[in-house]
Amino acid sequence: MELFGIFITATLINNFVLAQFLGICPFVGVSGKLSSATSMGMATTFVMVMATLVTYLIQHLILEPLGLGFLQTVAFILVIASLVQFVEMVIKKVSTPLYRALGIFLPLITTNCAIMGLCLFAVMKDYSFLQSLIYALGAGAGFTLAIVLMAGIREELELADVPRALQGAGITMVVAGIMALGFMGFAGMKF
Amino acid sequence: MAKKQTPIGTEFMKGLWDQNPVLKALLGLCPTLAVTTSAMNGVGMGVATTFVLVCASLLISLVRKAIPTQVRIASFIVVIATFVTIVDLEMKALFPAMSKSLGAFIPLIVVNCLILGRQEAFASKNNPFRSIVDAVGMGLGFTLTLTVLGAVRELLGNRTMFGFQVLPDAFEPWIVMILPAGAFLTLGFMLGAVNTITHRREQAAIATRRAASLTVKEA
Repeated sequence: MELFGIFITATLINNFVLAQFLGICPFVGVSGKLSSATSMGMATTFVMVMATLVTYLIQHLILEPLGLGFLQTVAFILVIASLVQFVEMVIKKVSTPLYRALGIFLPLITTNCAIMGLCLFAVMKDYSFLQSLIYALGAGAGFTLAIVLMAGIREELELADVPRALQGAGITMVVAGIMALGFMGFAGMKF
Repeated sequence: MAKKQTPIGTEFMKGLWDQNPVLKALLGLCPTLAVTTSAMNGVGMGVATTFVLVCASLLISLVRKAIPTQVRIASFIVVIATFVTIVDLEMKALFPAMSKSLGAFIPLIVVNCLILGRQEAFASKNNPFRSIVDAVGMGLGFTLTLTVLGAVRELLGNRTMFGFQVLPDAFEPWIVMILPAGAFLTLGFMLGAVNTITHRREQAAIATRRAASLTVKEA
C-alpha cells in the first residue's frame, strides 16, 4: 500500500512536469506529435528507472561510506551521461526497431532535468532500494502521461484560431497552465 | 584573424533582448518556472546561474583548444558540475534560508540547458574576454526575466514585492499565481507580450523603410 502511494504521488499528485517543473524542455520541444511524444515518454521512463537504481547504489555504497557527499552533483551527472550513452549502444545492438523509435531522443535525455531531479529527490527522501524503483516508475509514468496529453491537445490546436502573439510557445504554456490547474485536483488525495 | 567580429557591446546586449535565453530561446525553463514564486527567489536563482555560467565560460574558453571535439560535451558537464557544487556549498553556508527555498534546484543548475548551450555555441569558439561578456549578458537577461516573472507572481499571488506589501488588504490575492499553474500562465502571457513587441518593431521598421524609398522616388 505504501509503495502504491509513492507511485500515485509521483504520477498524479506531484506530477514531475506539471507540479514540479522538471523536464519542461522535452515537454515543450517534443510534444508536437503524438507518436514522438509517446516514444519520448517511454525512453525517459526507461532511463529514469536505470538512473535511479545506479545512482542509489553509488550514493549508498560509494559516496556515503567514503564521506564524499559533496561530489554528489558531479558523480550523478557523469553517471547519467554515461548511462544514456551505454543504453543507446545496447539498444542499437539489440533491437533495430526500438532504436529507430527511441534513438534520436536518447541524447536529449542527458540534459533532461527530470532524470537528475528524480535521482536527487530519491536520495533526499531517504527511500529504500525498492521505494526508489517504484518512485522512478511513477515519475516516468507521470512524465509520459503529461507529454502524451500535451501532444494530443497540440495536434488539435493546429486547427484552432490562436491569437498571433500567443502562437507557438505562448499557447503551449497557457495550455500547460490549464493542465496544471486540472492536476491540482489530485492534491486532495491522501495516502 | 581576418574574421570580422561583432562589436563587444552588441555581444553583451543580445542576451538582454534579441537572444534572451528564456523569452526568445526558451532555454532554462525548468528553474524559470519552478523557483519564481517570489521576486527574491528569482534574483537568487538568477545570480547563482550567472555565477556558474560566467565561471564555466571563462574556464572553457581558456582550455577550448585543448579539448578534443569528441569528448567536449562530457568535459563541459564536468566543468559546469564543479562550479555548481561550489555554488551549492556557498549558498548553504552564506544564505541558508535562500538555499532551503530553492532546494534541489541549485544542484539542478547543472542540467540547465542555457549553460551548456552557451558553452557549445559561444565559449568553445571565442576568446576568454568575449566569452565573459557574452556570459554576463546572458546571465543578466536570465536574472531579469526571472525577477520580473517572480515579481508578477508575488504581487498578484501574495500582494507583496520583494517581501514588502504593495497592494492593499482589500485586494484578494490570486492564490493560483504562486501555484504551478500560475507559473505556466504568467510565462505564456509574457511570451505573448514579447512576441507582440517584436512584431510591432518589425512592422515599424518595414514602414520606415517603405516611407524612405517612397521619398527617394518622389525626389
